[in-house]
Amino acid sequence: MCLFQCIMNYFPEEVLEHVFDFLTSLRDRNAVSLVCKSWYNVERCSRKKVFIGNCYAVNPELVIARFPRFQSLTLKGKPHFADFNLVPHDWGGYVQPWIEALAKNGISLEELRLKRMVVSDESLELLSKSFPNFKSLTLVSCEGFSTDGLAAIASNCRYLRELDLQENEVDDHKGHWLSCFPDSCTSLVSLNFACLKGEVNAAALERLIARCRNLKSLRLNHAVPLETLQKILVQAPQLNDLGIGSFVSDPYTESYFKLKAVLQKCKSVKSLSGFLDVNPRCLPSIYPICTNLTSLNLSYAPGIQSNDLIKLIIRCKKLERLWILDTIGDKGLEVVAATCKELQELRVFPSDLHGVGNAAVTEEGLVAISAGCPKLNSILYFCQQMTNAALITVAKNCPNFIRFRLCTLNPVIPDAVTNQPLDDGFGAIVQSCKGLKRLSVSGLLTDQVFLYIGMYAEQLEMLSIGFAGDSDKGMLYVLNGCKKLKKLEIRDSPFGNMALLSDVGKYETMRSLWMSSCEVTYGACKTLAEKMPRLNVEIINENEEMEGRPKDKHRVEKMYLYRTLVGARKDAPPFVWTL
Amino acid sequence: MVDCKLDFEETELRLGLPGEKSINANYGKRGYSETVDLKLNLSSKEIGLDKTDLNENNLDKVKNCSNDSVKPPAAKAQVVGWPPVRSFRKNIMAVQKSGSNSEEVEKGTVGSAGASFVKVSVDGAPYLRKVDLKMYKTYHELSDALGKMFSSFTMSKCDSQGILDFMNESKLMDLLNGSDYVPTYEDKDGDWMLVGDVPWEMFVESCKRLRIMKGTEAIGLG
Repeated sequence: MCLFQCIMNYFPEEVLEHVFDFLTSLRDRNAVSLVCKSWYNVERCSRKKVFIGNCYAVNPELVIARFPRFQSLTLKGKPHFADFNLVPHDWGGYVQPWIEALAKNGISLEELRLKRMVVSDESLELLSKSFPNFKSLTLVSCEGFSTDGLAAIASNCRYLRELDLQENEVDDHKGHWLSCFPDSCTSLVSLNFACLKGEVNAAALERLIARCRNLKSLRLNHAVPLETLQKILVQAPQLNDLGIGSFVSDPYTESYFKLKAVLQKCKSVKSLSGFLDVNPRCLPSIYPICTNLTSLNLSYAPGIQSNDLIKLIIRCKKLERLWILDTIGDKGLEVVAATCKELQELRVFPSDLHGVGNAAVTEEGLVAISAGCPKLNSILYFCQQMTNAALITVAKNCPNFIRFRLCTLNPVIPDAVTNQPLDDGFGAIVQSCKGLKRLSVSGLLTDQVFLYIGMYAEQLEMLSIGFAGDSDKGMLYVLNGCKKLKKLEIRDSPFGNMALLSDVGKYETMRSLWMSSCEVTYGACKTLAEKMPRLNVEIINENEEMEGRPKDKHRVEKMYLYRTLVGARKDAPPFVWTL
Repeated sequence: MVDCKLDFEETELRLGLPGEKSINANYGKRGYSETVDLKLNLSSKEIGLDKTDLNENNLDKVKNCSNDSVKPPAAKAQVVGWPPVRSFRKNIMAVQKSGSNSEEVEKGTVGSAGASFVKVSVDGAPYLRKVDLKMYKTYHELSDALGKMFSSFTMSKCDSQGILDFMNESKLMDLLNGSDYVPTYEDKDGDWMLVGDVPWEMFVESCKRLRIMKGTEAIGLG
């Protein structure tokens, strides 16, 4: 036994545990677990936060067995492309079995974060009654619940600090859920119900805000009237993060003046969002807040035209995060570039989803941003057109990208100037941005772009491909080259069996692979499933007329495979076949 | 490992593995227009590629029905899930487009993007009709038009006034509980939905066909 091991063996577990408490990053904790059995045991018993990137990779019993004392659980369900209607309803991702298991095994859950999962009212009620210390619920892109479930959370979670609802499909039974927060509830720190459609009781909301003196983050939905907003802001000048649902007023009324006055006092607001309904002439009342803003999300506000956007942004010199619609135009982006020197993350969403294409941004806006914002590291950019030259310039200006997602409104549009594929442009991005972890490509692309990605994108963890490539070689370049790849999602690209089966072991190093409208056949999927028992290879069959299974040479329309410790899932609907 | 670098000084990159032809030669292998059509048509449900068709010639079939244009087709080609925007966001934008920006909408009404013809079938009627949903701004207007269209048919308990009533959102429940006809539509996902739940604009965007069903058959909807 070496000296080091001798010394380590003398450390009592309490000391190790104390040391491990300083390790908050998941990666560090995972690394530490691999050192030796003793460390594995100490770590697993002291891990407080568990992150499960794919709820079907494991089951609750296994998680509880390994981490008996965890208090925070993050779960993700449906594949990412479910966001774009590519996954049928009822595919899966139910949280109910998790909550049941946690309750049964006496886990003292304090925090639950769910993404793309199906959450029922029954689940929410069980959650609210089973964990007396429950403090924080975050639901992102979930569905299956109504405001009744929220009422249960409000009623029963005595120490609730955080209720954060982001972009969920909620059945709104209108209003009374918020009134269910008892008078004794004073612990709220964060309340976000911007995605709800229905009204809430204004008086109940005002009283709730007034008694929660620690409230830092509040995002209202568009049904909260301006008068209520004004009263709330008077009670809560300490807010850091404000989401204004509806900002419609006649700027010459007394209520508007009152609002303006109170907004001037909101010195601590650093993050602003919402504006689903807005009268642009009321925007000047926001100007005092702009100077301190580090985060601004106007991506739900198509009512604000480019000029008004510019007048707002020109006052936001400290902005680090900006989410905006392409109504801002290239000119507006130039203003952003000139003003927002601290900018780290930019998202430009399309305003015109019917493709008439008048208001969009082009490569010019992107180049301007890259030139003006040296700290930029994350971008999502929906644009009308793009050029290789622009991308090459962007790559030169911004070598620090961690996330780079480009989406051309026409999925196969070539370089707007040269008519060539955009391979070289993306090639420049991956070559320059050595820390790139997430990439989405679009536009006309050949196998060449994948050669670049495979060669240069060494840190890449997630790649999204659509309508790209010429042959299996493209996919092979990526599979062979990107050693850290975790999630690969491909649609409408000519990749087939040869690519799929070339390195079956690779998929166990990844979280998941999605392929839809590609050239993969049923037979190849079966072969893959046979060879790799620790993968679930799921076929989503949407052809109702089909009897029995397809022939081996049939193309498969949608395939989703993922590594798992627990075999085929038992809750798959009839249209999902696990091979 | 390949030993080469991307030369940033020039805008034209040259990158190739030893022994391979220069990249530019690859561009000739596939003409742009074929690529465009191939990719768009592979996914477009309009072309209706038969999923059970095991014919290897799928790709050829698609290439043959290409439109000969060299320019990229307008972004309005109906590709499912493109641009990749969450439904939640799409719905918010759809609701807010109501009324405002009517000028911009009109600019786009020249050509096929402007009309939205859907088949309308009424249970018991001898033939179907087609209506252009974009001609109307509200459910009420549509029900007026349908009423006029189908008033010539003899249907038990259903005159034009009857159809008008059940398009009126507040009377939907009456109708579901009772007699007569229920307006339904098939949405983009292929599901049959009850007319009237969503804002008008969202309905127009997602409605693929209309079916006025007999009340007795509508149990299970809504």
